[in-house]
Amino acid sequence: MPSLVDFFTIVAVSAGAFFFLAGTVGILRFPDTLSRLHALTKADNLGLGLIVLGLLPQSTLLVALKLLAVWLLVLLAGASSSQLIAQFVRRDKSNP
Amino acid sequence: MPEFLTSAATLVLALTGLGLARMLWGPSAADRMMSAQLLGTGGAATVLLLASANANPALVDIALTLALLAAFAAAALSLGEPGSRRPDDEED
Repeated sequence: MPSLVDFFTIVAVSAGAFFFLAGTVGILRFPDTLSRLHALTKADNLGLGLIVLGLLPQSTLLVALKLLAVWLLVLLAGASSSQLIAQFVRRDKSNP
Repeated sequence: MPEFLTSAATLVLALTGLGLARMLWGPSAADRMMSAQLLGTGGAATVLLLASANANPALVDIALTLALLAAFAAAALSLGEPGSRRPDDEED
């Protein structure tokens, strides 16, 4: 019988994997570059965040802090990268 | 628990691999770069799950590196394009 902590991990990691599935379906099937960018940034980052949340109780304090640092880095990098890619797309459209 | 985490890692890896199809189809360079970003995020998630499954905290550093490289790649795409210079710096 898994403990409450294990149950929390299983639920959070499953939710994270589900959001990854949603993000991948989005990047494959959305009709437009900018909407695909939206799917990538929001859904996949949320999936990673939920996975990190699920892994936090399974680790020591130091490793948990490192996991949080990875998640923060992916959030910040994802936010700036999406802005950069969107500007690139806009430039690309205006000079065909 | 390690079996569950390993199977979750396999699932995320498979989804990331499917996302690479956008790199083949993507009509523009931005689509291909987005697929590379997905590799960074999905690869980081896979490695984090494996780090916990195998009780090997060193793998978290690999996830950190992958996330960094994805950010650098997006910056290189946007800033390395020939027409992307600001109006005030004309030559190299």
